[in-house]
Amino acid sequence: MIDILLEMFSYTFLVRAVIVGLLVSLCAALLGVSLVLKRYSMIGDGLSHVGFGTLAVATAMNASPLTVSIPVVVMAAFMLLRISENSKIKGDAAIALISTSSLAIGVVVISITTGMNTDVCNYMFGSILAMSKSDVILSIVLAIVVLILFVIFYNKIFAVTFDETFAQATGVKTGLYNMLIAFLTAITIVLGMRMMGALLISSLIIFPALTSMRVCKKFKSVTICSACVSVLCFFSGVVISYLQATPTGASVVIVNIIAFLLFWTANSIIRRGYA
Amino acid sequence: MALITCQNAAFAYEGNTAVSNLNFAVHRGDYLCIVGENGSGKSTLIKGLLGLKVPQSGSVWMGDGLQPNKIGYLPQQTAAQKDFPASAYEVILSGRLGTRGILPFYSRVDKKIAEKNIKRLDIGNLRGRCYRELSGGQQQRVLLARALCAAEKMLLLDEPVAGLDPVVTRELYRLIEKINHETNITVIMVSHDIHSAVKYASHILHLQNTQVFFGKTKDYVQSEVGNRFLGITRRQESGGEAGGGEGSD
Repeated sequence: MIDILLEMFSYTFLVRAVIVGLLVSLCAALLGVSLVLKRYSMIGDGLSHVGFGTLAVATAMNASPLTVSIPVVVMAAFMLLRISENSKIKGDAAIALISTSSLAIGVVVISITTGMNTDVCNYMFGSILAMSKSDVILSIVLAIVVLILFVIFYNKIFAVTFDETFAQATGVKTGLYNMLIAFLTAITIVLGMRMMGALLISSLIIFPALTSMRVCKKFKSVTICSACVSVLCFFSGVVISYLQATPTGASVVIVNIIAFLLFWTANSIIRRGYA
Repeated sequence: MALITCQNAAFAYEGNTAVSNLNFAVHRGDYLCIVGENGSGKSTLIKGLLGLKVPQSGSVWMGDGLQPNKIGYLPQQTAAQKDFPASAYEVILSGRLGTRGILPFYSRVDKKIAEKNIKRLDIGNLRGRCYRELSGGQQQRVLLARALCAAEKMLLLDEPVAGLDPVVTRELYRLIEKINHETNITVIMVSHDIHSAVKYASHILHLQNTQVFFGKTKDYVQSEVGNRFLGITRRQESGGEAGGGEGSD
């Protein structure tokens, strides 16, 4: 086992991918708890499609993918948040509209410029080779920012997630914290997207939260548990993809599915034990 | 000096005036019930009292050191809360959030106040339990403790007994009455349950998109509007059509 790991980490691109991936899955898991509980899971999915569109445009313009994607996806996040809060427009339909639009734009831009080739496949399902050295540095900095902000605002995020009306009534600026969550989510998605793939990145947000909610009963333990589950699943996913030569993003999701099923089974066994 | 004084106040909901002509005052220790049919402007008024809405016209004054964010608010439950993984203690402690300002973590004082309110409502046994696994009545007690953590002077309860069975409803009413009597904390409650309202409240505010009645409960029972409303709901209940009339005898 240790031999395999040593062999894996002799490749620089794998070391980069694992560093970025671990940080992204940690951030995604923390934010995911709040997003899933607030019924905002679809926002994560919508954002990843917007990210696909911006990636395509950035490649066409020969610009650095992250610097183009981050501002656009952050803007899209604020927009999706506004749409979800506004009860007049149905949120899920609007999200579907935006995500398919950006997907279509992305595909058209790619086919005009470089043609439909393996790039498209890589954007969709992720590629472990995608990380450059500057990407790694940017990812580490942004991930640390996400983590610090999450810890500082943990109590506020709990209150806003659990009961927005009450939080608002006690003078918490709920709009601000919703925007903070959307902002952090957007950054996390852009960072993780090229490795996990636009179609799969939202699983990093949704799976760990749902998995730990099967078993944990407290908000704090759900948060900590999903962070651990997410990091472990990512790492095992990468190792499996290295050993079996399977696509990284999909392997990580498969491990997440297995973890979810395990926790689910564990919960029903515990329940039955009590009854 | 009154805690809250409304003078010719009107509040709007999405641009349309939802409730107008409000003239009432709430004093320390009062137990005010706001009654009225669906869409009569009760929820809009609550938003106004919490400072989440500015009056469209007229004015709302707060006296005696009361501020909108010092009101202990018990909102109606949302669907998302029904399966929320949080311990009762986490929920109760979050009532202290409004006093924290920009400080990120709770202090020892905050935790002490949370403990005090847990004891006051006798829910020590629920502390470590998961919120979603509590019964409806237990959940309301937890939310009441959270509201008390936020408030020294005033509680604002938005249909606290909605969806509870008659026995639990009565217990919750007694508990609220006890808090009101023992600590002289002011209670404002929105309720569909007019019979319990006249039984427990000291004052009644009846809304019908405008203020139809404000005064002492005993005057309300004698008044024409009060009699009509009490009569209507009684007839509806015997016909089995009551909206939120659980718990009334």
